[in-house]
Amino acid sequence: MRCKSLILAATAALALSSPALAQELTAITGGRVLTGTGVIENGVVVIRDGRIVSVGSGAAPAGARIIDARGKVVSPGLVAVDSGLAGSEVSSVPGSDDLRNSANSISASFDVSYGLDPWSITLPVARLGGVTRAVVTPDHPGGGAGGHAHDDSGYEAGVGDGGYQTPGLFAGQAAVIHLGQGTDIMVRPRVAMVAPFGEGGAGIVGGARGAQFTQFKETLDEVRLYARNRAAYDRAGLRDLSLSRADLEALIPVVEGRMPIIVTAHRAADILQVLRLAREERVKIILDGATEGWLVAADIAAADTPVLLNPIENLPASFERRAARMENAAALHAAGVVIAIKGNEGSTHRARETRYNAGNAVSHGLPYEAAIAAITANPARIFGFGGQAGELRAGAEADVVVWSGDPLEPLSQPQAIFIRGREQPLESRQTLLARRYRDGGEGALPPAYVK
Amino acid sequence: MTFRITRGVSLVALAAAAVSLAACATTGQTGSSSAGQPQGAASGSAPRKPLAQGLDPSTNPDPFPSTYRPLPRENFVLTGATVLDGAGRRIENGVVVVTDGRVAAVGGADTAIPAGHRRVEARGRFVTPGVIDVHSHLGTSASPGVQGMNDTNEATSPNTAQVWAEHSVWPQDPGFNAARAGGVTTLQILPGSANLFGGRSVIVRNVPSVTVQGMKLPGAGYGLKMACGENPSRVYGGRNQSPATGMGNVAGYRAAFIAARDYKAKWDRWRETGQGEPPTRNLQMETLAGVLDGSIRVQNHCYRADEMAIMLDIAKEFGFKISAFHHAVEAYKLAPRLAREGVCADMWTGWWGFKMESLDAVEENVALVDAQPGGCAVVHSDDAELTQRLNQEAAAAVSAGRRLGLTIPEERAIQWITLNAARSLGIDGETGSLEPGKRADLVIWSANPLSVYARADQVFIDGALTYDRFNATYQPKSDFELGQPGHGLTPVAAVQGAR
Repeated sequence: MRCKSLILAATAALALSSPALAQELTAITGGRVLTGTGVIENGVVVIRDGRIVSVGSGAAPAGARIIDARGKVVSPGLVAVDSGLAGSEVSSVPGSDDLRNSANSISASFDVSYGLDPWSITLPVARLGGVTRAVVTPDHPGGGAGGHAHDDSGYEAGVGDGGYQTPGLFAGQAAVIHLGQGTDIMVRPRVAMVAPFGEGGAGIVGGARGAQFTQFKETLDEVRLYARNRAAYDRAGLRDLSLSRADLEALIPVVEGRMPIIVTAHRAADILQVLRLAREERVKIILDGATEGWLVAADIAAADTPVLLNPIENLPASFERRAARMENAAALHAAGVVIAIKGNEGSTHRARETRYNAGNAVSHGLPYEAAIAAITANPARIFGFGGQAGELRAGAEADVVVWSGDPLEPLSQPQAIFIRGREQPLESRQTLLARRYRDGGEGALPPAYVK
Repeated sequence: MTFRITRGVSLVALAAAAVSLAACATTGQTGSSSAGQPQGAASGSAPRKPLAQGLDPSTNPDPFPSTYRPLPRENFVLTGATVLDGAGRRIENGVVVVTDGRVAAVGGADTAIPAGHRRVEARGRFVTPGVIDVHSHLGTSASPGVQGMNDTNEATSPNTAQVWAEHSVWPQDPGFNAARAGGVTTLQILPGSANLFGGRSVIVRNVPSVTVQGMKLPGAGYGLKMACGENPSRVYGGRNQSPATGMGNVAGYRAAFIAARDYKAKWDRWRETGQGEPPTRNLQMETLAGVLDGSIRVQNHCYRADEMAIMLDIAKEFGFKISAFHHAVEAYKLAPRLAREGVCADMWTGWWGFKMESLDAVEENVALVDAQPGGCAVVHSDDAELTQRLNQEAAAAVSAGRRLGLTIPEERAIQWITLNAARSLGIDGETGSLEPGKRADLVIWSANPLSVYARADQVFIDGALTYDRFNATYQPKSDFELGQPGHGLTPVAAVQGAR
């Protein structure tokens, strides 16, 4: 099987610029099909022209290339949220990182989509973890990327959340990408605004939550004022506003309720405050983090607010996370909250661990199908591309992964990956390195001669 | 059924003696003279006045002695489980006999069961040795990670060999409890990697205790944390002092060992002759001299293969041994040599790309190190979350290795977080596998521990039940956790039982 995969991978690599492959009629047959919302045993997934033609059971269409998935599991490609994929090559190398902005006049208007690199070495690595889409989100205090040190020098993490502070109330705007090979990975820029609350958000304004909420409300008022009086603003006939023109413009879709805000809040009390803020200001929010969410699960559900969370956060890492529990995901789901499960540490280099996080949520009470949905269909819905990806259903884009077994198990591996109908190579810079040193690296010629 | 509470100095003393012997057996140490070790009483031919209290390290070689006592325990026998014994054996329907806190027998269903032992039925479940995390900062980088609690790096000088991690350990760190619920029974807690010489590590039993002394594994030797690479040169170069480069790092290690050789020679001479002025005791030199006489193990944070090769040469130059390279993300590039030289590689599976020296990390690293004859592959955490799931990190490494075409039985993979880990700490005579005579540190898993759904149902340390997933009595909470938000509440949907 391994050799076959390699050959397939090589074929796909050669066909990189050939759209013909995407148009091929392909049927994945015999597998256990996780559609993102349900399960079909012995299912058939048919792909053509980059889209899913049908998902069901029965015979494959005549003339289709058959991918035998008997004994295997077929799932939608996974959707990484709060991710930095394609936005950072090496976290500690600032020049390779486009997720952090410190320009004073650019806060809400920071648009991460311009800095994303289709050639990023992070993409093939994540793809081998089954990730085919990502909601790339500017770094923000309290978010996934602001977590603990991965390095025990104690200098990169410091105290709290990586020492990173956004220059203003807003960290910028997220974008949706796909992870397929090619020169254009952008699916949709500017899908959501990012605003850290809690300890991280308070830190921006001077350290106290009360100051941040006040400034936040004032800012939204200014945006509304600006939106009503653009002409006056342009002829300098409007009172001074605290934000730059670019930031004011970027926030218009937010105050009009067309663009959701990813609101980072961990403490139960903070969650209640931001839910009220959203109600009062009539803005749409997506809760991010919500470590103590289970304490106020009913309130979150009543507000119909989705949550992005990392279910393995179970330590009181800070005073806003003292009620951290492994059962957070299960409790929120049971209360009726739509959840999306994150990868680790900003879901960039460790985006491939998203599936393990979902597995750990299952072992702590989250129903299996809900866990699959939390890494496929739910994030797609939360970010406005429900039905188009993150699900195996007719008409959706064909992001499909064939797994050797249960995708939530580390022992399972992808054996075929399709993104928008194109088969992707099962290869990354890491697999190349591993193969180079496969036999110990002590051959007659130095490893550099091993391709 | 007998229920014996075993407490007492004599047992601990015996255990300490046993671990010392075991360490000798595994490291091949011969009786070497040490600045930090007492000399045989018979050797003092020249009568001399004892030094003032605290000035002669040999009079009190263990100034912060372990006060660890096993929890109350009883003799028991586990039956019916799949046993992965940590030493490479897999036994279906296995039997593990635990007597007086030690493994008495391990075998198949026909193993003789002593009378009076309590039966623990574990059919359908898995039993492994307790997980050992060789790289932890629990208690020093404790939760909450707030100002006032950052006690891992004494980043005030490139050489702080004089500091001891145990003096930073806050035993109330809730992370210890979380780690135990993930099967971790033994930890090495290390100083951080800001310095070339970070200080001494400490090896602890993962038991709740008010004091760090109450956690220390009796008789376990110390380690010295050393660090290669980016961290020391960044931290000190950033202050416009040495080391600012890799070559500055190496000059720093060598200068320190030159001084330590000198220091050790002075003490050795004074002890032999009893003449002249005794050397002034120096804690920094004492630790380095301990490395030179083999009583302290070098635990070396070192990512890149080329830097590991330099470190191996430095060890030869001064005559010491490196026990393990930690965060050895490029160990796969040097795997045959590491195996030949008997150096363990302590690794992650999934972490990469957070700085330049982690750029070439591969998921296959652990499996490639393990594939070498004599290779010592260890999976470690360096992280309060990852330590709770070292079994899953090992599973991901198995998976990557198999993807590369390697054959890795589960009973072999479990060694990466048990016996190999013990070997890299020099405590493999005491723990790390389920073999007769060893401490009964073991985990009953709800399912195959390489499954993401497996949970540690029960964790035993020295034969004492220390954690039980189904019994709140055995789910200890630290002082910090009491009365905090959510304390005592159970999240609504918390369905017990793994899938």
